[in-house]
Amino acid sequence: MGQVNDRSRDIGAFVEAPDDDMVICRCEEITKGEIRRAVHDGMFTLTEVRRYLRTGMGLCQGQTCAKLVKGIVARELGVSPAELEPATSRAPMRPIEMRVFANEAKEGE
Amino acid sequence: MKRYDLIVVGAGPSGLSAAIEAAKRGLGVVVFDENEKPGGQLFKQIHKFFGSKEHKAKIRGFVIGEQLLKEADEAGVEVVLNATVIGLYQEKEVVVRIGEEIRRMKGDAIIIATGAAENMVTFEGWTLPGVIGAGAAQTMMNLHGVRPGKKILMLGSGNVGLVVSFQLLQCGCEVVALVDAAPKIGGYGVHAAKVARTGVPFYLSHTIVKAEGDECVTGVTIAEIDDKFQFIPGTEKHFDVDTICLAVGLSPMSQLLKMAGCKMEDNPRRGGQAPICDGYGRTSVDGIFAVGDVSGIEEASSAMIEGRMAGIAAAEYLGYIGKEEMEESLKSLDQALDGLRQGMFAPKNRGKNIEKTEEGIPVSASLLKRGFVAEDEIGRFPGVTRKSGVHPVMECTQNIPCNPCQDACPKNCIRIGEKITSLPVVDESATCIGCGMCVASCSGQAIFLVDEGYGEGCASVTIPYEFLPLPEVGQKGVALGRDGKEVCKAEVVSVKSIPAFDKTNLLTIKVPREYGMKARFFKKEVS
Repeated sequence: MGQVNDRSRDIGAFVEAPDDDMVICRCEEITKGEIRRAVHDGMFTLTEVRRYLRTGMGLCQGQTCAKLVKGIVARELGVSPAELEPATSRAPMRPIEMRVFANEAKEGE
Repeated sequence: MKRYDLIVVGAGPSGLSAAIEAAKRGLGVVVFDENEKPGGQLFKQIHKFFGSKEHKAKIRGFVIGEQLLKEADEAGVEVVLNATVIGLYQEKEVVVRIGEEIRRMKGDAIIIATGAAENMVTFEGWTLPGVIGAGAAQTMMNLHGVRPGKKILMLGSGNVGLVVSFQLLQCGCEVVALVDAAPKIGGYGVHAAKVARTGVPFYLSHTIVKAEGDECVTGVTIAEIDDKFQFIPGTEKHFDVDTICLAVGLSPMSQLLKMAGCKMEDNPRRGGQAPICDGYGRTSVDGIFAVGDVSGIEEASSAMIEGRMAGIAAAEYLGYIGKEEMEESLKSLDQALDGLRQGMFAPKNRGKNIEKTEEGIPVSASLLKRGFVAEDEIGRFPGVTRKSGVHPVMECTQNIPCNPCQDACPKNCIRIGEKITSLPVVDESATCIGCGMCVASCSGQAIFLVDEGYGEGCASVTIPYEFLPLPEVGQKGVALGRDGKEVCKAEVVSVKSIPAFDKTNLLTIKVPREYGMKARFFKKEVS
């Protein structure tokens, strides 16, 4: 993991690609180019990319794009996807309205 | 805070099985499922399952689902639907959304059986309406009675891609092509063969270049790829389609386990991020178990056994049974699971290049590439014999754990033997009475009855037929070969549908004698 996160590592310059405008995270409308650029901006972990771009933070909570984003970031870093630490899993696991989230059932009901 | 002995997350095949075994041993069990119906993927599975009797072979998936629900009910399992578990915290505290409320509760043991999510692949136009997952197509067809599209291209030749392609055909869709980037078909040959003989072309070493259309999918272009997965220029093929179906693998929905602090690994052979667990689903956190696809992608039959094992292990963990009793109960399940994990498609053989069957017969190259066993290959398999009079022809050419045909024959014409993966053999000393039980029993629809002496210069071929409307006796049409191409004219001489066939109809067609070993499907003449 140390090597993947080594920020002094040279991953080369960002090179534009013909499919950079392809949407990867559909919920937040983030393109492949934006994700690749984020890596060159220094976002080497999925958690960082997620905070930087909001990939996987939308309605489906990364159910569709998590694997795709991981693949793109790994490729940009020149490592295998399995070497990347997955993004943190935290509640709520599924999208939920705030009014429901705050509406805790009373004990004994 | 409400407390349960065992909380199971997910009411699919593995979760229900786990709940049943635990409840039978006295545990108070609740199962939460976020869906409005229980059963997970089982109720979308309209095909007959493989395996042996103990694996519920030749029973259709949705019927197995009904049986599990009944069993769970009888065991006193509480199943709560529309209940989404949104968090799993320290000390096994579970937070679940039920209706418009959040409830907290504690499980002394937890079994996570959340299943998997479909993978996607990206290509130009992949976000257009009309690009859907194969699971979505199944949900539309088999749960809601909605046809996903009229003309469909399927990407992915694993069992999901093959089975769903067949279901799309049954649902009245035209499947224009079955495409896979891999050089070989990934799923069972028998699943591929039943699609191929209806005339669907297979394109291996091909993938999608782009989906076309402005508002929605109106077409698709595929092209051949080289061994570095680069498109080969000039190999592009276009199809007019309104739907593109993706069956490109599954990933475990393992987030709850990660959140609970279970040790995880990212293992492509298990489908992605999965918990490290032992043979009975025990994770690195005491009292938390993982079963079914969430603990590594497999299929429903093994998921049900894994579930039962974890249910028993949970009972032991909480002291409802002793260690000895647990080990005794696990013994037969161990054997059953081991039986399923044999043969060419066993997890241990994944990625291996298998050139010969266990019997030493070279596998069919055509089957892996084009979806059907070629004319000059079929004769070398032991189930394919020729003799006078009616007899079964079993075009079963891969070692898969399945043996219902052996028990189906009342005259003991068919032998598989001790080893469940062996290819079926015709017992020459037994006499076939043409009852068709074997044809209907074969989950792979790979058994035919052939009589090459059916009247003057004719042969009769009995085929399993699961399409509606059923042809009528006297209907004229054409016979298609294994490759889905027309071989000759044919006439329907018998249509049998009895309850014992469980909705696999037996269609007997009459063809010129020389086509008895070639005709494998019937198409009504298009006037």
